[in-house]
Amino acid sequence: MLPPVTVPDAATTPGGFLLVLSIAVPVAGVLLAFVLGGRWVRSVAFTIIPIVLAIVAATVMVLPQSKGPLVYLLGAWTLPLGVALRADGLSAVMLATTAVVISAVSVFAVADFRPTAAAPRAPFAFWILLLAIWGALNTIFVGGDLFTLYVALELLTFAAVPLVSLDGRPETLQAALRYLLFALLGSVVYLLGTALLYGRYGTLDIALLSRRVSAEPGALIAAALMTTGLLAKTALFPLHLWLPPAHAGAPAAASAILSGLVVKGSFFILLRLWFDVMPALPGFAASQLLAALGAAAILIGSVVALRQERLKLLIAYSTLAQIGYLFLIFPLALSASGQLDHGQALAGGLLQAISHATAKASMFLAVGSIYGALGHDRIIGLGGVARALPLSVLAFALGGIALMGVQPSGASLAKDLLLEQATSTGQWWWVIVLQAGGIFTAAYVVLVLAHSLTPSDQPIALTGHAPRSRDLAALSLAFCSLSLGLVPWEHYLPVPLGMALKPFGLDALFKFLLPAMGGTALAILFGPWPHTLAHSAMWKSLMRGFGPLRRICLDFGGLVETGDDGLRQWPAAGIALLVVTLLLAASMFTAH
Amino acid sequence: MSGTTVFGLCAAAAVGLGLYGLITNPQPLRKIIAFNLLGSGVFLLFGVVGRRGAAAGLGNDPVPQALVITGVVVAFSATALAIALLLRLFKTAGSTTLSGAPMRADLDPSGD
Repeated sequence: MLPPVTVPDAATTPGGFLLVLSIAVPVAGVLLAFVLGGRWVRSVAFTIIPIVLAIVAATVMVLPQSKGPLVYLLGAWTLPLGVALRADGLSAVMLATTAVVISAVSVFAVADFRPTAAAPRAPFAFWILLLAIWGALNTIFVGGDLFTLYVALELLTFAAVPLVSLDGRPETLQAALRYLLFALLGSVVYLLGTALLYGRYGTLDIALLSRRVSAEPGALIAAALMTTGLLAKTALFPLHLWLPPAHAGAPAAASAILSGLVVKGSFFILLRLWFDVMPALPGFAASQLLAALGAAAILIGSVVALRQERLKLLIAYSTLAQIGYLFLIFPLALSASGQLDHGQALAGGLLQAISHATAKASMFLAVGSIYGALGHDRIIGLGGVARALPLSVLAFALGGIALMGVQPSGASLAKDLLLEQATSTGQWWWVIVLQAGGIFTAAYVVLVLAHSLTPSDQPIALTGHAPRSRDLAALSLAFCSLSLGLVPWEHYLPVPLGMALKPFGLDALFKFLLPAMGGTALAILFGPWPHTLAHSAMWKSLMRGFGPLRRICLDFGGLVETGDDGLRQWPAAGIALLVVTLLLAASMFTAH
Repeated sequence: MSGTTVFGLCAAAAVGLGLYGLITNPQPLRKIIAFNLLGSGVFLLFGVVGRRGAAAGLGNDPVPQALVITGVVVAFSATALAIALLLRLFKTAGSTTLSGAPMRADLDPSGD
């Protein structure tokens, strides 16, 4: 028998209408752009963007005044039958981040995607898809039931896939098709889980489900299926076959959106599922399993990233590593009673997600400027670029430094929160992985900077001239990520008050030096590309000592790269998906 | 064996066949068809759920039907998008394989 229906938040709260607007206005923009046609599409986008920014700002301001989450009941239908939109602190933070990143990317893309008579399709598609992605993401952040989240997730995929193949080259079309097919596999597996949950509990509303769910076989299998589906969409290792070609092949502005925001959409649904719908179900083994996959993603994504010849592929692989970093929060959030807590670990994970969104978007934009000016993005051909394009390289460096976890960036605050949580729960092994994640991030930033800061003998031939506004967009995102640690989060996220940052002092210096030194060492050991410094006497004496170690590391890197190539084949990825589902289900069953 | 059990087993079989096809078939068109089979299995499961969950004198629980209709629309648009991409790929590349071409060399538009 189902328990008696107790309806939580049965009424629309004041300000709840803002949630509807945050979804409806971008969608209205999409429709309007279709009606008005290609010549007006950019004007429509630049009318809609400020309006949605204002709506999101209003939502963020209203939320602390309301006692609980903002709620809107669609059509005033009450809950077991109706559909609710809800916005809590997590939603507000994600809504705001999305608004900031999309605004910056649209400033960057103004020149690239100007509607012209010569190639009218790509600009038309870009601006429409940008608004569609925004609408879908906002739906994910405020959606109150699992089926609405499914539809939003599909809308997000449908808007993201064409962005990959905007230029219409066969390679990018292939990448887009791979992305679409694997994403569909993920979402249908998620839908299978929701069918099982509805069959058992008669509702898909998150608040209602959280009261009804108990550890039964049906619920555990549904949880394993839905989790795996979302992992496939988030591209957690080993389900990442679609990510590197898709993110590296898209135009810069599209890559920034795909890497910064789109993968966060499915990650956010996973947070809702594990923390809100079924906090008691996953248990110790399943959360350790997710974090172990995350740790593998950090190691393999970073090692393969350091071996890439092209800058965009390097950043795409580093996204893979940073997605892994986000999954470390699950075991850290587990309380002594086996419940996932809305505590420090969740706050740290969300902060890391938004730091990555802003920093990685700025890095992709900076690389887009470099690519546009040089006509290529081969890492060994970057010498002298820092003199020719100082602002782009500065934006890349600042974004990278923000991601490394240097004070006062959001990533640094996130790392503090997670490290403290790992120590207090006695899980020392995740402390090592957390530190290693920061060091690996530093490694590829150091690698790229080492190449772009070396002076080049002959002057660089710039094939194109980038308007200043593009660099400013990338720089503002990087600064945003770098200052996230200074924002007062306590109205939105469970960040303890004592976490005030001390940007100066021994502690801050250590937090900068550890990743910087470790990263330099890793970049030397794992980076196979010759550097001009390699001819110096100092390098040769260094190599006399470390030569054998470097050879071992390079061999290991080659091995990892071969393994990664194998895992990115369809049959291997499909079997990995089934194995992950089975392992998750088995680990949840053993917990109960 | 009751009707719902038969339909439930059919749904499981469709899901299994669809999964097998989606993972093992190298041809994108067959993958798209397998995805549709997999989706049909899930929709059938929703139907079974609606039948089983029927309560309060209704012949059937209407919510899963609404979910299935939405799901069908979503699966239809997914199929349309996939086919459009596939046709575009065939027109530009002359073949429709998903793998084979080395990614690193191909992604470099400067051609070296």
